[in-house]
Amino acid sequence: MSEKKQNNRRDFIFTATATAGAVGVGAAVWPLIDQMNPDASVKALASTEVDISSVKPGQSITVVWRGKPVFIKRRTQEEIEKARSVSLEELKDPQKDEDRVKKPEWLVMLGICTHLGCVPLSDKGEYDGWFCPCHGSHYDTSGRIRKGPAPINMEVPQYVFLDDNTIKIG
Amino acid sequence: MSDSNYTPKSKVGKWFNDRLPLLTLANHLTDYPTPKNLNYWWTFGGILTFCLLTQIVTGLVLAMHYIADTKLAFASVEHIMRDVNYGWLIRYVHANGASMFFLAVYIHIFRSLFYGSYKSPREIIWILGIIIYLLMMAAAFMGYVLPWGQMSYWGATVITNLFSAIPLIGEGITTWLWGGYSVDNPTLTRFFTLHYLIPFLILGLVVLHIWALHVPGNNNPVGIEIKKPSNDTVPFHPYIVIKDAFALLLFSIIFAFFVFYAPNILGHADNYIEANPLVTPAHIVPEWYLLPFYAILRSVPDKLMGVIAMFSAILILVVLPWLDTSKVRSAVFRPIYKQFYWILVLDVLVLGYVGAMPAEGLYLLIARVATAYYFAHFLIVLPVLGWVEKTNPIPLSISEPVLAGSAMATRGVREEKIEVNLKSLG
Amino acid sequence: MKKLKRIFIIFLSVYLFQNHSISAETEPYLETEWTFKGLFGKFDRASLQRGYQVYTEVCAACHSMQYLSYRNLAEQGGPEFTVEQAKAIAASFEVLDGPNSDGEMFTRPAKLSDKFVKPYENVEASKAANGGAYPPDMSVLAKARMGGADYIYSLLLGYDEPPEDIKLDDGVYYNKYMYGNKIKMSAPLSDGLIEYSDGTEATKEQMAKDITTFLMWSAEPHLETRHKTGFRVIVYLIILSILVYMTMKKIWSRVETKI
Repeated sequence: MSEKKQNNRRDFIFTATATAGAVGVGAAVWPLIDQMNPDASVKALASTEVDISSVKPGQSITVVWRGKPVFIKRRTQEEIEKARSVSLEELKDPQKDEDRVKKPEWLVMLGICTHLGCVPLSDKGEYDGWFCPCHGSHYDTSGRIRKGPAPINMEVPQYVFLDDNTIKIG
Repeated sequence: MSDSNYTPKSKVGKWFNDRLPLLTLANHLTDYPTPKNLNYWWTFGGILTFCLLTQIVTGLVLAMHYIADTKLAFASVEHIMRDVNYGWLIRYVHANGASMFFLAVYIHIFRSLFYGSYKSPREIIWILGIIIYLLMMAAAFMGYVLPWGQMSYWGATVITNLFSAIPLIGEGITTWLWGGYSVDNPTLTRFFTLHYLIPFLILGLVVLHIWALHVPGNNNPVGIEIKKPSNDTVPFHPYIVIKDAFALLLFSIIFAFFVFYAPNILGHADNYIEANPLVTPAHIVPEWYLLPFYAILRSVPDKLMGVIAMFSAILILVVLPWLDTSKVRSAVFRPIYKQFYWILVLDVLVLGYVGAMPAEGLYLLIARVATAYYFAHFLIVLPVLGWVEKTNPIPLSISEPVLAGSAMATRGVREEKIEVNLKSLG
Repeated sequence: MKKLKRIFIIFLSVYLFQNHSISAETEPYLETEWTFKGLFGKFDRASLQRGYQVYTEVCAACHSMQYLSYRNLAEQGGPEFTVEQAKAIAASFEVLDGPNSDGEMFTRPAKLSDKFVKPYENVEASKAANGGAYPPDMSVLAKARMGGADYIYSLLLGYDEPPEDIKLDDGVYYNKYMYGNKIKMSAPLSDGLIEYSDGTEATKEQMAKDITTFLMWSAEPHLETRHKTGFRVIVYLIILSILVYMTMKKIWSRVETKI
């Protein structure tokens, strides 16, 4: 009986030691992993303000936000109508144009193809929106995927109109 | 070796092991017969392995954020300290890790000196160790340059200028080291590259160091050759592994104290001032672990001779196995050597102390006496002692001294050690 | 042998506990209570906020703090201004940005992500404006001076009439704690120099203490986390050591050798 007790106690010490050791190793490894996450200075650069007063209808500008291109397109009436006339069934990633813009005239989205991250070319492709030269994805005038390997529409970042001429992204 | 006929139990294991005998190696390492009387001074081999790996891992991480450019280096270190997630922790571990590494290596070296581990048949292990130590100094020196503070810059200037002492080609070598006419951007980038490379060279040498150790096996406090495996040995795993782990943890507590509560105490305040080629700090002092050699350098009035003396102080260790003529390894059985051993330890500490003081007056005098003694220890005391010293009787096996009176001294020392460790636990 | 051992131990303790530096002056630093020292040391928030006020209203005219950003003022472990307060502080400074789409540089109010605005464009400009002396950047000053916080605190209060045997040039002042006793910065603090927004009386000592605390934080912004993590790590290591010790005892009980 007492020998069994002894054994149990030994097993307990071994297990406790091993567990405590494993916890420590885990805790020591975490800083080494976390150091690769965005640091405090990168996180602080979360928003960019853009002056859009000089963009004419039909024109599009590209600004950099968090190191990525953001397309700001001032759409013509024709382009807006084209984007809104499409029925949702035709779309690979159904989304209304109204849900993708804050003001119909201004389309703001991340200029990154959702396939593998290339930057699509504007006013190109079969739907007069954007065309990604890497693997041939076609986007319409609302930046929605219509044809090609990309799985979803181009992403719309968080943004607000500070006034008629200024957009704050992020 | 006893494990050469090891065969894995499983079929897959056998198939793999026939092609790459990793399992044989693992088996050799776990079963490796180790003298059972190794004391805690023998745990520093494991501690040093830990130090090396810690430096490599934290260094790798720091290199992801550090910028080797004279205009940006200082700022990039501040960026690590302020913004990078856990950057302050990683950098403090790396910076204090260097000091802990040297602390451990000095204990390791002085353990070897005490127990005569450098003597036949372990000369190659010893020499590999000295090369590792030299590379450690090179790595530490170059690493200290990287933050591009005042001490970095002026330390680099002073050390690289040592080479200008060489007649005829000295100036050329210095210019070549700098890649310019002063320590500047080319110097920084090459130091960064070499600082990154050297630890891996050290790692390779450590493998050779351990390989060379596993041929004759460990020395032990009694200093006699033992039958392996036998009653006098225990398998490396789990006996030595767990003991090394325990010692490593105690070491880590000291390490952690420095990292979290005194991270800058071993460094120099001037290194938080960005490098300025136009202003030399009032006192240029190397890191503590290089101070004894710095003292030797300064104790010689001639530039070239000073440099030679400094390098000789390290290189003399290479021929130590042949300078020590005594057949008895362990100082336990060498009553006179034991005293000289402690005088040498004291001498090196004195050198370290005066190395931090201004090279003038009494300090300079002490430095000269201590330097002379340092060389005398190796060149005169050791060879002569081998001839004249009357050593105590040596036991025939490790098990014997436990019964015989002659080795009570060893036991006494070891029991003290345990007490100390218990105290630090509670 | 015993005697040798004793000498050795005495020497070792002297060696370990003596300060490696050589300080020219023997003047001991002025003493004050620092909340950030010790195992659980933390910054005094109110003091940090006042310290920032001293910095902007007194020091910032000459001294930059180039490694600090306005966002740091709202970060945990620092002065902990609210994000709104920090934004307002930032917005009161103008920074140069650009080039804009016309290729021109322009100024705008600073944002949280901006670094502290410098008083001078570069080192040369600062020297020119200060009689050849360069007012050092203060971001890591508390770590860049032997004696750290105590030294800075003492220096700020260490201005005095020079002893008769010391002659001072124009624009050079006598300070008990400065290396060589000569300093090119005139005494920056005087009683009632500023009006603290929290109503604390702005004595010289108070301001010196607040700005020193602020500088200590700016040099070591993660000090609080470091202390907290350190305590946990060491407690953990001690517990694990005890467990490993017990395991070791168990394992070695199989052989008769003592460890």
